[in-house]
Amino acid sequence: MIAAVRNLGHRGIDAVWRGGAVARFFWLVMLASGTCFRRRSLIIREIYFVGVMSLVIIMVSGLFVGMVLGLQGFETLQKYGAQETMGVLVALSLVRELGPVVAALLFASRAGSAITAEIGLMKATEQLKAMDMMAIDPIARVVAPRFWAGVISLPLLAALFSAMGIFGGYVVAVILIDIDPGVFWSNMQAAVDFRYDILNGFVKSFVFGIAVSIIATFEGFDADPTAEGVSRATTRTVVTAALTVLLLDLILTAFMLRGVH
Amino acid sequence: MLFCRRPVAAKYVTNNYQILHLNPMNPSPLVEIESVDFAYGKRAILKGISLKVPKGKVVAIMGGSGCGKTTLLRLIGGQLLASKGKVMVNGEDVGKLDREAMYAMRRKMGMLFQFGALFTDMTVFDNVAFQLREHANLPEDMIRDLVLMKLNAVGLRGTASLFPAELSGGMARRVALARAVALDPMLIMYDEPFAGLDPISLAVVGQTIRRLNDALGATSIVVTHDVVESLQIVDYLYFVSGGRIVGHGTPDEIRQSEEPFIRQFVHAELDGPTPFHYPAVAYAKDLGLASKASK
Repeated sequence: MIAAVRNLGHRGIDAVWRGGAVARFFWLVMLASGTCFRRRSLIIREIYFVGVMSLVIIMVSGLFVGMVLGLQGFETLQKYGAQETMGVLVALSLVRELGPVVAALLFASRAGSAITAEIGLMKATEQLKAMDMMAIDPIARVVAPRFWAGVISLPLLAALFSAMGIFGGYVVAVILIDIDPGVFWSNMQAAVDFRYDILNGFVKSFVFGIAVSIIATFEGFDADPTAEGVSRATTRTVVTAALTVLLLDLILTAFMLRGVH
Repeated sequence: MLFCRRPVAAKYVTNNYQILHLNPMNPSPLVEIESVDFAYGKRAILKGISLKVPKGKVVAIMGGSGCGKTTLLRLIGGQLLASKGKVMVNGEDVGKLDREAMYAMRRKMGMLFQFGALFTDMTVFDNVAFQLREHANLPEDMIRDLVLMKLNAVGLRGTASLFPAELSGGMARRVALARAVALDPMLIMYDEPFAGLDPISLAVVGQTIRRLNDALGATSIVVTHDVVESLQIVDYLYFVSGGRIVGHGTPDEIRQSEEPFIRQFVHAELDGPTPFHYPAVAYAKDLGLASKASK
């Protein structure tokens, strides 16, 4: 019993300690960001690796999610004779929630884990130490470009996810179910508000981008410099980033809905 | 003469690099470690270590695995800070430097890591050019020439377009060596440069270390446990055991030393001050034979 309490205490202290370490790391990344913004080629290179290389998974997933939404939406809406509003259902679901959240989860799995593994392996093979000995700050040269590449890429990927999802919904609604395309698009246009839907979705994906990127870079930087340590860090990135995204989504949604009323 | 930035230090017998009259106090030391203590948590690694590395010399720090040799290099490079004592490099107390001053000092240092630590996502050329691009505001064609000169000095100009994964261990070590001297440092530190190399690569790396040091007019610290190679290329040796300096001298003095630890280390004797057996309870007791005998 005492051992269980002690174990719980240890875990609690460890969680608080890690939270503090992440905050301090975030601050160091902010301080080092000036250098990488002066050398934009560093960020652009990383955007290619974390953003462009994630395009396939994001676009294909968006398409399938949109199509499933269309099928499930039709099943429910037709009971109330409201199948013409399928475009609204698909668009609002994607733009407000699914786009930012699912894109962030996919981004954490695809790009976040890759960032952690890369930085972790650089640490394990002493590349970060070598850089530091060359009087080059690894946070400015390695971490900050990857962090900002993630922050910039995720909102764009989320927008692309939503666009592909809407297209998937359109394929199901208009081509398979034969809903009038004019009704599909005009209902969607009337219901989707730029400020409360699109902008809020963008804000969410921006916040998720910060969260996923800082978690991925921190876990890589903090990884034990062994094969097992890097493997654990990569797993931690995916799990922590997924939970953080869902928690942040709850908080942001609560604030944003309150804003509507 | 690729590396004649500064006049080459005299006093070497050039054929086998044996030094004639080395006194670690003279010429003036570039690195001075005074009564340094260091511990990882409660585990003491260095206990009151003092040593001097004279300018222009190649000095080896030797000792068994885990005796604190690499820790010493990290203290000199400012990656670790001593819990007691002073580490002076070029007249500056490393422990008192702020980050900017530390980085300014490191620009005058080169370090070869145990396994090279080459950047795996860059070609050999880009690895060597890395510091030049980061620190020196030079046009790309000049960087190209400098990089090719450094690679030529280690005999690997032909590997410029290869990636580190395409190199053998010895070649990777030599590329790392070219990278370490890219900015013509005043101090070059080598962490186990001979580990895991075949005899030819080992001799090549050893001779390159000596040649680069003399050509650059630099000072080198070689952390290693390779006795044979070290005795051929260095000017002075320090032996570390149990966190303390247990012996030092020129290669000739070391060869003739009767100090038990040095003797055991140099002649690879199985038992001595460093025991073959890790401390344990009596063998018979561990096997349960002692209790049976008493019955």
